[in-house]
Amino acid sequence: MENRLYRNRHWDDLLFQILVNGLLITILVMVIIPLWKVWTMSVTPLNYLDAKAFGLWINPIKWSFEAYKQLLGHPSFLQAATNSTIITLGGLTINMFLTVPLAYALSNPKFPGRRFFIIMVMIPFLFNAGLIPTYLVVQKLSLVDSFWAVMLPGGVNIYNLLVMKSFFEGLPEDFKEAARMDGANELEVLLKVVLPLSKPILLTVGLWYAVGHWNEFFNAILYLNNADLQPLPVLLRNILLAANMNEYVEYDAFSSASVQAIKSAGVFLTMLPMVIIYPFIQNYFTKGTLLGGVKQ
Amino acid sequence: MPSHYPKGDPIMNKAAAGTYLALQVPRQNHLKKIWKTVLKYRWLYIMMLPGLLYFIIFRYWPLWNAQIAFKDFKPLLGVEASPFVGFEHFIAFFKSFYFSQLIGNTLIFSLAKLILGMPVAIILAISIYESAFKRFARFVQTISYMPHFLSWVIMFGILLVLLSPGEGLINEIIKSLGGQPIPFLTSPEYFRGVVVISDIWKETGWSTIIYLAALIAIDPTLFEAAAVDGASRLQRIWNISLPGILPAIVVVTILRLGNILDAGFNQIFVLYSLPVYSVSDIIDTWVYRQGVLEFQFALATAVGLFKGVIGLVMILVANRMAKKLAGSAIY
Repeated sequence: MENRLYRNRHWDDLLFQILVNGLLITILVMVIIPLWKVWTMSVTPLNYLDAKAFGLWINPIKWSFEAYKQLLGHPSFLQAATNSTIITLGGLTINMFLTVPLAYALSNPKFPGRRFFIIMVMIPFLFNAGLIPTYLVVQKLSLVDSFWAVMLPGGVNIYNLLVMKSFFEGLPEDFKEAARMDGANELEVLLKVVLPLSKPILLTVGLWYAVGHWNEFFNAILYLNNADLQPLPVLLRNILLAANMNEYVEYDAFSSASVQAIKSAGVFLTMLPMVIIYPFIQNYFTKGTLLGGVKQ
Repeated sequence: MPSHYPKGDPIMNKAAAGTYLALQVPRQNHLKKIWKTVLKYRWLYIMMLPGLLYFIIFRYWPLWNAQIAFKDFKPLLGVEASPFVGFEHFIAFFKSFYFSQLIGNTLIFSLAKLILGMPVAIILAISIYESAFKRFARFVQTISYMPHFLSWVIMFGILLVLLSPGEGLINEIIKSLGGQPIPFLTSPEYFRGVVVISDIWKETGWSTIIYLAALIAIDPTLFEAAAVDGASRLQRIWNISLPGILPAIVVVTILRLGNILDAGFNQIFVLYSLPVYSVSDIIDTWVYRQGVLEFQFALATAVGLFKGVIGLVMILVANRMAKKLAGSAIY
């Protein structure tokens, strides 16, 4: 009797593991196949007819990097990549400069006026004035057609601010108090005591901001009319929509890369920085997200 | 007697005794005391300055500008001097035939993403948690998070590679099975499906985080006790795992309902095109086209404001419900 029960459980477990891991394999394949297809399409040589499995298999010996050569050799692509880099680094600097000191100040439990300032940051968190009223501000400040227009309006993400504030609140008070006893002012406490202890949250929030800037698309469409200022996602969208590649990237009719290959290579190159740094940062992302998530 | 003075304060008692002069002394002392604390914390105020300036310019100035929703806004006259017209723009919007279409599309996208996406995320989270191959499960977890960080423009490129009628992967498969290629991104019958499924593809992995955290927090002795009692794996999931993550499910659902009018502006803005406007136009995309492309600033602001007010009410109600039902809240 006992033996049968044990055997049943064994089969039950085995079946269950097959089901669960089968599901994981399915999900894995479903995530990877589209990305893999982008890659194979970007390296498919022109007039290549031997593609197997719906183009998912291209003989690696035949891989053609013409599309990458064309994109990376083109001034407008390089310009867009430079613009995106400037927006990402500049925007991130502004974000941290505005967010970190404000979050630190608001994490102090007892300074006069704290309640007022908390309410002041919570009102815009709960109520958004909408697109046009912000657009009018950017217009009035004559920021249109400058990188400031895409870097400044999102200067503080209130959610990130609150996450950082609650992290600072959780730091042990003794260290800060000891520094204050030694005559450090609050700025020194922040720089010398709090920041060295806050690497996880600085990385998490910093990366959230950076990813947002690298992916910046809508604000660029809204505020940047000058083609020389376009960031990578805007150029990529134009390349993807273009019937005639000449508009955005000089496309040679006798070129050895197809339009599809160039489009896919554009997708891949835009994605690349993310894909490269992702494995190193995903752990921080996960921790930071849980940290700022639901407060029990 | 000013109520904020602590009872039994010796200075206070003197003031209560009566002379005008005596009343002045403690008040001055009190102000002095406040000033002293403010001075003590002066560095905090200095540190807040850049951030607060940002809030005033880029968060509160737009709130002030939102008044054009009630005005016949003329850019030359400016926000303040434009003539007041009351609720005219709101009424025009409620009466227009767009109203029901926009609300309908917005709700359909929000609800479909929530109702179809959540079970997939829960199943994935449980699979990751239950898999006996921990390293493999972690690997799947890591890979499945990644699409969350891709922008919708990149997603558009990926979708073209999969769905374009010429050489998209899905259409190649359809053709090899003898079917006709389908222009998924430009046909009204399929566009909504593409929006919902691509959102699930992109966000499912990331949304498992909260369920995994809830699963890990379950007391493992519960599973052991159930195993000793002879419960099958599925029974354990049904009776222990699911109740364990129920608070997370409740919170996520309620908060998503609180943001129900945010149907994914960036996604639809990148993916949609003229042939599919009728099935894909949401409040945000309409506001963009009316405001920025058609220069109907006041009307677009009114619609944005309408959305903001509904959003505010929804999020406040949602947060209260989350507190009540699950004992947790976002703020």
